Amino acid sequence: MDDFYKEYILDHYRNPRNFGQLESPDATFEDLNPLCGDRIRFDLSVGPDGRVSDVRFSGKGCAISQASASMLSESLKGATLAEVARLGQDSVLENVGIGISPARMKCAMLGLKVAKSAALGTLARWPDEEGAEPQST
Amino acid sequence: MIATADLRAHQIARDFPLLRQPTSRGKRLAYLDSAATSQKPQAVIDALVHYYTHDNANIHRGVYELAERATDAFEEARAKVASFINAAEPAEIVWTRNTTEAINLVSFTWGLANLGRGDAIVCSQLEHHSNLVPWQLLAAKTGAELRFIGVDGDGLHMLDDLDAKLRNVKLVALSHVSNTLGTIAPLDSIVPRAHAAGALVLVDGAQSVPHFPVDVRALDVDFFAASGHKMCGPTGIGFLYAKRRLLETMPPFLTGGDMIREVGYETSSFNEIPWKFEAGTSNVAAAIALGAAVDYLASVGMDWVADHERRLTAYALRRLAAFEPRGLVIYGPPRTVDRSGVISFNFADIHAHDLASILDTEGVCVRAGHHCTMPLMEKMGWPATARASFYLYNTEEDVDQLAFALEKAATIFRL
Ligand SMILES: Cc1ncc(COP(=O)(O)O)c(C=O)c1O
Repeated sequence: MDDFYKEYILDHYRNPRNFGQLESPDATFEDLNPLCGDRIRFDLSVGPDGRVSDVRFSGKGCAISQASASMLSESLKGATLAEVARLGQDSVLENVGIGISPARMKCAMLGLKVAKSAALGTLARWPDEEGAEPQST
Repeated sequence: MIATADLRAHQIARDFPLLRQPTSRGKRLAYLDSAATSQKPQAVIDALVHYYTHDNANIHRGVYELAERATDAFEEARAKVASFINAAEPAEIVWTRNTTEAINLVSFTWGLANLGRGDAIVCSQLEHHSNLVPWQLLAAKTGAELRFIGVDGDGLHMLDDLDAKLRNVKLVALSHVSNTLGTIAPLDSIVPRAHAAGALVLVDGAQSVPHFPVDVRALDVDFFAASGHKMCGPTGIGFLYAKRRLLETMPPFLTGGDMIREVGYETSSFNEIPWKFEAGTSNVAAAIALGAAVDYLASVGMDWVADHERRLTAYALRRLAAFEPRGLVIYGPPRTVDRSGVISFNFADIHAHDLASILDTEGVCVRAGHHCTMPLMEKMGWPATARASFYLYNTEEDVDQLAFALEKAATIFRL
């Protein structure tokens, strides 16, 4: 887990990219991780071509949640909302690399969950739980 | 050189098998999260195994020898807990699952029967959710008003306006020790004034009875709640102490088997105290093992436990203070006499969860987050804190390991 806190992660934590809020976003969503209280909001603007033209995120929380959201924000421009809604956990894991302990996986996924929720217009599932078999009872 | 007290703690640590277990990275374990749950001595583990190996039978109803043995052990454990907190008699101890259930018992029975519009319940601003949410719901159901004794920036109770707060009060419900800041509530000044105002006093003892001698009669509290798992006992068992005359007049809580005297199709009458409040089969094994935990603590001596934790907390505060120039902030009462062995802190701009993850890689277990005191965190303006908490088996070596791991965090975050 200590190898996770690489230079570029700390840089995104301390200097988050696309941080802030949009005046009148076309899509927006805010959610929190009730386990730790981390909170993230994503605002998306969509251009006439149907693709994301501007992105802002805001929130507070640990280095993992904030850096993951910052890096994700850099990859959303140019995508359609349908594409954003379809993003899977790999889109975050590729950015943040390996080494996240299971206990901290939700921190890494919070930003993606919120961005997908904004694109869907409704609360999305946790990306790391998607595709999992429904729990049999 | 290891001081004598620390030497004793090293010996005590050998009674706790889990503490000998290295982490998956091969690090020595420095368990600094006893405020969440304590580790268990071999004697407690043995008591559980012994019960299931030799004495297991359902209690109270059996007439055969085995059932009698189980019943005797169960009631003997109750007597041990009663004498550990100096209750007048074992019948004043009701087994519950934990502190939370004990508090809910009071809220649902005594509370619903005695509170109404115009009455007030007084808590403090640093209550654990367990000693807050039940009173919020009780207030909503009865129309009673919920008030709070304020705490200052150091987490110390502010008693200036206490008499005004106590107007029309029926219940004062306070945690003895804050699980977030370690603050020891000034019960000596609050309890007599609460009684004078006509209120009963409930004390959430989850963080006190494991750590220093508690005498419920000297404190003169009416209700006292605690959890076995924080005092070397197993999970799934806790207790409520209440004065006999209160238990006798309170309506039952959960209902069904065991808590009855006579049952007809239409109506029933209820058992004597304490069994009136123990519906269904109890966690017999855990109760008996909590008895073993109490024996263990008594054999070590609660005065020693309290002294040891005070010394270790003072040592830890000194070691942590060395990081203050690099941005470490310690929360809670500045004077060690006002606090128990709990230290909340933050380190520069490292989020508490990140800090706890890094400390974990060095074998150091601390908790990070809101510690089930969200209103307090909100009031103080702390999104989260890291918390180290100590117990009888912790040593200066554990604190040194914490300091070493903090150095590592400082290096990673370039502080
Ligand atoms: C002060 C305080 N009250 C109540 C509780 C709740 O204890 P339990 O979860 O065992 O019911 C805790 C435990 O964290 C506590 O620290």
